[in-house]
Amino acid sequence: MTASIIKNIFTAPATRRYPFVPRGYYKNTRGSVSIAVKDCIFCGMCQRKCPSAAITVDRAQKKWKISRHRCIACGYCVEICPKKCLSMDNRYAAPAVKKEEEVYGDA
Amino acid sequence: MKEEQVFLTVGGEEDLFSRVRGMKEEGWRLAQVGATKTETAFEVNYSFDKDYRFHNIKIILPLQGAELKSISGIYWSAFLYENEISDLFGIAIKGIAVDYQGKFYRTSVKHPFGENK
Amino acid sequence: MTKRTIIPFGPQHPVLPEPVHLDLVVEDEKVMEAVPSVGFVHRGLEKLVEKKDFQEYVFVAERICGICSFIHGMTYSLGIEKLMKIEVPERASYLRVIWSELSRVHSHLLWLGLMADAFGFESLFMESWRIRELVLDIIEETTGGRVIFGSCKVGGVRKDVDNASLKAITVKLQDYVLRVRAIADVFLRDASVKHRLSGVGKLSREEAYTLGAVGPTARASGVAQDMRKLGYAAYPRMDFAPVVETAGDCYSRCSVRIREIFQSIDIIGQAAGSIPDGAIENKVSGFPDGEYFARTEQPRGEVVYYFKADGGKFLKRLRVRTPTFANIPALVKILPGHELADVPVLVLSIDPCISCTER
Repeated sequence: MTASIIKNIFTAPATRRYPFVPRGYYKNTRGSVSIAVKDCIFCGMCQRKCPSAAITVDRAQKKWKISRHRCIACGYCVEICPKKCLSMDNRYAAPAVKKEEEVYGDA
Repeated sequence: MKEEQVFLTVGGEEDLFSRVRGMKEEGWRLAQVGATKTETAFEVNYSFDKDYRFHNIKIILPLQGAELKSISGIYWSAFLYENEISDLFGIAIKGIAVDYQGKFYRTSVKHPFGENK
Repeated sequence: MTKRTIIPFGPQHPVLPEPVHLDLVVEDEKVMEAVPSVGFVHRGLEKLVEKKDFQEYVFVAERICGICSFIHGMTYSLGIEKLMKIEVPERASYLRVIWSELSRVHSHLLWLGLMADAFGFESLFMESWRIRELVLDIIEETTGGRVIFGSCKVGGVRKDVDNASLKAITVKLQDYVLRVRAIADVFLRDASVKHRLSGVGKLSREEAYTLGAVGPTARASGVAQDMRKLGYAAYPRMDFAPVVETAGDCYSRCSVRIREIFQSIDIIGQAAGSIPDGAIENKVSGFPDGEYFARTEQPRGEVVYYFKADGGKFLKRLRVRTPTFANIPALVKILPGHELADVPVLVLSIDPCISCTER
């Protein structure tokens, strides 16, 4: 028993001191989807193929909307985008208090 | 899968029962019991496995008023599968060893896979 | 004349890891009968095949269960590939084997932690899950997700892992073997743990076979059946034998799973050492047609997928029979005769995964 106490006083804690020590993400982590909207041609393939219907593409107004709460970060849209303007960022989307859609569009 | 799968369709209930009893005597294990709905009929599949060989017996039932006798007298563990089939498909199965009487899955739509859906 | 009472156990209970409901008929703390009741997490995933086309459904199949998620996706892809007669490249088969075995290691470590929690040994629970975190880090590095891998698709796999990373993973896993051995010693040799596990929940070989038990529950009673021997993916080229024990009580079920962890790490080493180079996917064209049963070995036992297709974009019928569904009759048979305090240990020893059971 004394051996355990002495060992625990002098060794480092087993857990990470989050939030002071941030968690590192791996290169391959599927965090959130991001778009380079200048290259987007608004074809709507990502909207058709998304398994959870998170993406809405508005061709007339040239706007690309994503609902972060519905996105499951599977990466299917990234694979089939013909212009390769979608990419998978390795940081997770920030927490939000309201279910809103993020809108990206040409000026 | 490199295994050999045997599919067999039987005509009526007597034939099904004699085959299932034969399977039990030869020492086959009941793998699953599942039902499918096609445009014209219900199909119920009884699958057996022994030494990595797979044997499947299928019986075809009419869409309206389908009835079947339970095999839980021969294989006791079939009661779970038969309760699920009678809840999801609306096929009346008589004589199940442990009968939940329609309350196995409490869905808001009764018989979601059944006729007229 | 003793009185009988009916105690409802679950679906919400502090010691129960899964939402299963048992009505226990007890007489003075001894269980006489048990009636199981499932259906609390029924999501109707089998009906979703009518709405999601056959390639998109891989994402749904993966999410049937969180712990055995990769093997669900892999079984679905194997069945569709057989129906459409698509060849999977060699490298993809080896990668699938590596990810399946990683899945098995993390699932058994999770189970060991929950078992320690069921008989009250919290620090052993934390120690097992600490090792599991390291395995999840390996999985995140290679596939991008910790629990839902998202790496299987019809025709191959979606992500490649280069050979240098595979060698690094094998080296890391050899380090973890020492840590797993340390907790395995506690599970198998500690006197108080043995007192809770030995002789509890005996299932004889005949009963296990006739009740249709699968997986480690059946192998701990002497039934030597392991669906990996059927020969799917790259398993025919791996050298392993089913892990079997004969006593049939909770202690042997624990021992089978611990030995399977070491066996899986060995299989990963074999696969990473002999993986060939090449493509990781083949193009898919056309639609599936016909009937087929696909069977694989999940961490909990044998899973059976039944496909029925008629040449259209949507499958006509998909039926999933998960291993816990086949183990519930075995659970109902071993419960009578035990004390009430042994019930959580018994329920956990068959490794329930109720979200799989109810799709």
